[in-house]
Amino acid sequence: MGTTEHAKQPVPAEAGSGAGKRLPILKTYKLYIGGKFPRTESGRYFTARAPNGTALANLCLSSRKDFREAVVAARAAVEKWSNATAYLRGQILYRIAEMLEGRRAQFVSELVAQGSTETDATAEVDASIDRLVYYAGWTDKFQQIFSCVNPVSTSHFNFSVCEPTGVVGIVAPEADGLLGLVSNLAPAIAGGNTCIVLASNTRPLCAVTLAEVLHAADVPGGVVNILTGTRDELSAQFASHMDVNAVILCSSDAAEIQATQIKAADNLKRTIVRQSSDWSAPEHQSPYLILDTQEIKTTWHPIGS
Amino acid sequence: MKRKPNARPRRKTAARAIDFQTDWTYAPAPESTGHIQLRERYGLFINGQFVNPKSGKYFATTNPANEKKLAEVAEAGIADADRAVRAARQAYETVWSRLSAAERGKYLYRIARIIQERAREFSVIESMDGGKAIRESRDVDVPLVAAHFFYYAGWADKLAYAFPGKTPKPLGVAGQIIPWNFPLLMAAWKIAPALATGNTVVLKPAETTPLTALKLAEVFRDADLPPGVVNIITGGGATGAALVNHPDIDKVAFTGSTDVGKLILKALAGRKTKYTLELGGKAANIIFEDAALDQAVEGIVNGIFFNQGHVCCAGSRLFVQESVADVVVEKLKERMETLIVGDPLDKNTDIGAINSRMQLDKIQAYIKIGRDEGADFYQTSCKLPAKGYWCAPALFTNASQSHRIVQEEIFGPVLAIQTFRTIEEVLEKANNTPYGLSGGVWTDKGAKIFKMTSKLRAGVIWANTFSKFDPGSPFGGYKESGVGREGGLQGLMPYLQLA
Amino acid sequence: MSSRTETMPVFPDLSRVSRVDEVGVEERVARFQKRSIKKESKVHALRLALSMMDLTTLEGQDTAGKVRQLCYKGRHLHDAYPDLPHVAAICVYPSLVRVAKQALAGSGINVASVATAFPSGQSSRKVKLADTTFAVSEGADEIDMVISRGEFLQGEYAYVFDEIAAVKEACNEAHLKVILETGELSTLDNIRRASVLAMHAGADFIKTSTGKVQPAATMQVTLVMLQAIRDYYMETGRVVGMKPAGGIATAKLAIQYLVMLRETLGKTWLTPTWFRFGASRLANDVLMQLVKERSGAYQSLDYFSKD
Repeated sequence: MGTTEHAKQPVPAEAGSGAGKRLPILKTYKLYIGGKFPRTESGRYFTARAPNGTALANLCLSSRKDFREAVVAARAAVEKWSNATAYLRGQILYRIAEMLEGRRAQFVSELVAQGSTETDATAEVDASIDRLVYYAGWTDKFQQIFSCVNPVSTSHFNFSVCEPTGVVGIVAPEADGLLGLVSNLAPAIAGGNTCIVLASNTRPLCAVTLAEVLHAADVPGGVVNILTGTRDELSAQFASHMDVNAVILCSSDAAEIQATQIKAADNLKRTIVRQSSDWSAPEHQSPYLILDTQEIKTTWHPIGS
Repeated sequence: MKRKPNARPRRKTAARAIDFQTDWTYAPAPESTGHIQLRERYGLFINGQFVNPKSGKYFATTNPANEKKLAEVAEAGIADADRAVRAARQAYETVWSRLSAAERGKYLYRIARIIQERAREFSVIESMDGGKAIRESRDVDVPLVAAHFFYYAGWADKLAYAFPGKTPKPLGVAGQIIPWNFPLLMAAWKIAPALATGNTVVLKPAETTPLTALKLAEVFRDADLPPGVVNIITGGGATGAALVNHPDIDKVAFTGSTDVGKLILKALAGRKTKYTLELGGKAANIIFEDAALDQAVEGIVNGIFFNQGHVCCAGSRLFVQESVADVVVEKLKERMETLIVGDPLDKNTDIGAINSRMQLDKIQAYIKIGRDEGADFYQTSCKLPAKGYWCAPALFTNASQSHRIVQEEIFGPVLAIQTFRTIEEVLEKANNTPYGLSGGVWTDKGAKIFKMTSKLRAGVIWANTFSKFDPGSPFGGYKESGVGREGGLQGLMPYLQLA
Repeated sequence: MSSRTETMPVFPDLSRVSRVDEVGVEERVARFQKRSIKKESKVHALRLALSMMDLTTLEGQDTAGKVRQLCYKGRHLHDAYPDLPHVAAICVYPSLVRVAKQALAGSGINVASVATAFPSGQSSRKVKLADTTFAVSEGADEIDMVISRGEFLQGEYAYVFDEIAAVKEACNEAHLKVILETGELSTLDNIRRASVLAMHAGADFIKTSTGKVQPAATMQVTLVMLQAIRDYYMETGRVVGMKPAGGIATAKLAIQYLVMLRETLGKTWLTPTWFRFGASRLANDVLMQLVKERSGAYQSLDYFSKD
């Protein structure tokens, strides 16, 4: 591995036209860890390419050490984020949607550069925004759907509530670089978890741009950490790190799923395997997806006669 | 009359102690065993009948209180597990999945009733086979078993209400493996929700406590439960592995050690099989200075000496606030002196026999470890019977987080006590474990209860109480204590696909 | 058996009185009730219960005749059953103390008298002390006083403390039992606090009830008081006795109280010196059970004298 040829940086449609005009400022795609945008500690990069092979951008090829840093950041953010009010989490998710809406064109163009048609790209960005709004509305409601008071036969008040599982690793789907990521990220953070996301290796641009959106939307540092790189190198780290509480693996590769589940067993990570050919399908937005990274806590308290 | 403010009372002098060696003692009060009918040998319960194992092998199950053999039971091999799974599959496809939900529920109600009627018999056998005090099998285990079937019976035709926006469907065949600490109760925890949700079952009881599960098979027969809906295969770890590795099971439910739980997870990796795991624990039981101390002491006793301490959610790590530590430990030792250890069938027995020689060895090894680590050891002075496996209730004071007796699950009547000064300190220590099954908090202050119960990372929290169970109350762990919940509405989900 | 407090009673630090959780108390009591007491163990308990009995009559219609009959019963519980112990005391109003004292002469049975404007306690300090002094002068060995519940519930703990201490002084050599009237104290926390107050003020015994208010003695309330006694003993080294009174009518229940006593306070308290049952109907049920244990046949009250 190592740095490949320095790619001509992307993307905007207008960059191709009007030769001889102003030289555009190109975007640098970095990692997002603990609310900061560091480069990979490894000094390695890979090139994101358009379907026709054109180099679009160089991205960090994250190492296991980057992943480790991201877990530390995510762990540090758990206390505050899981204790933030559901209202605040809803506000922040809605703010993400607002910011995304404001940078719609940029996301569309990134998707197009990575091979989507204009129509599909627009639809994917719109669906991503709407999905964030959807989960913004769930933050202060899913608890009401999934918690309960249990009528026990002794003189006790007994109730069960949801609590976030903790640090969630998300290996985002390869397809649908934005919507696939958002569909898995939003329910996890809506429920108060913090995340480390491995972006699509083949469509990574939107993930890094999304990090800028998250940052601008006042998502507290460490709540979402976004890495770019390869599954081959990193998904095993997601599965084996002992301070990760759950891993969401978007994959239909039987060998990868099995390997992840075996490693995840060592600290009983909750492993959630999701696969889809179409992340805009209705089953990919549901409060039950929030529940996937929740634990049920039951509390007993004496009542007295 | 003159008054003057009192200085803080001095600690008691060594001369003061409550003396429990009274002239009046309790005469033996053994529960009779005359009505108990056990066969000399039990086969496997497959497709509604007891059949001989294809393996041809049998093993003995003994009474840990006197080391006498109670019966021989079959040891199911791979072919036997396969036969049981096939029976369950056939019953699922031809009978159980075609039955209306309401009818399914009625079978469960029937089972609940028969268990209530045969409660005494079940209690006695449970105590004989497993060593637990009849007071517990009679007042806790068996009533909860009946209640569990009764609770889930009612769910059978109401599942759509449990999961808004979803259409719940059964999974198919559930393979269930249960431990020896609550043999019949764990069978109920596994079987009742599985049947209520429309699945069929192959259950493997623990090697040292198979008898009540086999008697439960009689109940299923008496209830006319269709053959194959529940199959019970006995055996040890190899039998369990045969069940887990069977390709035609849709769900594994396991209660047992964290180590075995991880092995099962690895065995299931890459398969579509759903699972729930109820594993080990090392619960923190936290006593604040403003607690109702006498009731807290009782809670400590219920937390660690219930069922000989063979409880995954036992309150095995005690944290006492320093300002009341001496008083609490003194009261606790006093209370421990009144605990009666002995014949599990005696109605006055508080602590029965350790389940097996192997478990007793393990507990004694941990006691040695604790002493070698330098913690202060105390064990009650009660007399123990000559035959059988026994361990008098014990505790360690001056234990610390880095002691193995604090970190590892002992699964016996051995308590490790630490002191603390502040809420922050005790929270940090309480959560400083890979486990997260249960926890306890004792304080008279409501806000402190809510703060503590919400910050403890565990699935079941008892505030001003401990070791309470109810079919309607979901049970299960955070972190390495397990995955999924059993009991309550949440206990339905692991047995359903939600379309 | 008497123990006049030689030193000045000291007002306790009530903020240090342990809290009580009601559900926890219920559960503990349920465990005592599950003890199975059979055969020789049962006979031992029944005999013990008889010896701990304060046979009581506290009616407006009490007369010398009634009290004499009761005293005879106390000495001869059931002559058909040899070697029975006699009761611990006969408990009467002050006006009948002299009658009881005479009827019990030489028996070893104490005379207990209620005092201090029993049962409500709604009178002046002066009247209460005079009531006490009168009962003592008539020959009472034991005084069962009531606390001022109204003052207690108003938070006037010092008033209650001083009153008990004053009555204790008026008792002279007589033993003082302090009735908390737990049925009027509302919470177990109050009961525990009142117990501590009474013991520090000099009570030789603490007692649940007058028998005139429902609920009277319960095992829950008694357990809380026993635990207060235990803590007081550990703190001061002084043994204080316990008397549940009212509502204990069956042998079975009495045995459950004794189980609770045995497993809470142990050997020292398992004697009439430090534990009493205040009861009017209990004796015959205990006697019936004793006879049944000996004969194997269930008994009829027709064979046991009602005095």
